[in-house]
Amino acid sequence: MAINPDYLGREYPAPEAYEVTRGKIREFAEAINDLNPVYLDRASAKALGYTDVIAPPTFPVILGMAGSALALADPDLGVDFSRVVHGDQSFHYSRPLRAGDVLSTVTRITDIKALGGNELITLETVAEAADGEHVVTAGMMLVVRGS
Amino acid sequence: MSRISHADVEVGTQIPEQTFPVRRLDLVRYAGASGDFNPIHWNERFAKSVGLPDVIAHGMFTMAEAGRVVTDWTGDPGSVVDYSVRFSAPVVVPDDDEGAEITVGGKVKAKHDDGTVTVLLTARSGGAKVLAKASAVVRLAQ
Repeated sequence: MAINPDYLGREYPAPEAYEVTRGKIREFAEAINDLNPVYLDRASAKALGYTDVIAPPTFPVILGMAGSALALADPDLGVDFSRVVHGDQSFHYSRPLRAGDVLSTVTRITDIKALGGNELITLETVAEAADGEHVVTAGMMLVVRGS
Repeated sequence: MSRISHADVEVGTQIPEQTFPVRRLDLVRYAGASGDFNPIHWNERFAKSVGLPDVIAHGMFTMAEAGRVVTDWTGDPGSVVDYSVRFSAPVVVPDDDEGAEITVGGKVKAKHDDGTVTVLLTARSGGAKVLAKASAVVRLAQ
C-alpha cells in the first residue's frame, strides 16, 4: 500500500481563515452558469431572509480542495496526485455560506483503504464561523488509481 | 421566484429535468473559480497520457449542475441541508463548439416530519450515468 496508514486521523488546520466575498460567490456562480439572484443580488437574498448573498451549495468545495491540498502535499502521505480521481463528495450544512463569513477550517483524514487495485482516501473538512458556529462539513473521497 | 412548499410534495413527485451544456470554456472557467487546475480537465495531451479518452469535466461541475436542478425546484438554494454524490463515469468534453451535455432529473424519495424531503437525482452524459447515489435533503417552505 502506497498511502501511509499512519496518517489516518491526522488533522490539517488551514493556516488562515477563509473570507467569503460577494465577488468570489459571483465568480463561482458564473462558472457553474447558475445566475440565481440569491447568489448575486443582496435584495433578492434578503427577500428570502438572508443577511447578504449566499453561496451555491457546492461552493465549499473550495475549502475542501484547499484542505485536501494541504494533506496531499505531504510527501510522506504517499499520494501520487497524477493518479487521483474524485470518487465521491458530500456536504452537510448547518446553514448556507454567505458573504462576510470568515470561516476557520480543519481537514482530517478519516479513511484510508485499498479496493480492487486502487487506494481510497477520504478527507473531511469542517468549516466554522468566527463565533464557533458550525457552517458546513465537506467530505471528499479520492481514488488513487493503481498503476 | 416561486417556492415549493412541503405540503405540495409527495413521495414520487418528479423534479423538472434540465440539460446543461459543458464546453471546454466552461471547464477553464470552473478551474479558475474552484481552484482545481488538474490538467485532466483542460489538457487533452495529459488526459490521454493517463488513459482517459479526452478531457473530462470536473466532477464538481457536474455536481453543481445537478444541484441546480434541486435549488431551481425549491426556489431557495439555502434550503439544502445535505447533498452527496458518487462520480460513476466521466463527462467527456470534446474540443468542438458543442462540447457535451449533462441531463439531470430527480424525484422525491422520502418526506420527513421535520419539513425536509430527500430527493434522488440522476445525471447522464453521452449515454453514461455520470452520478450514482446522488441525493439531497432539502428543507421546504411550510
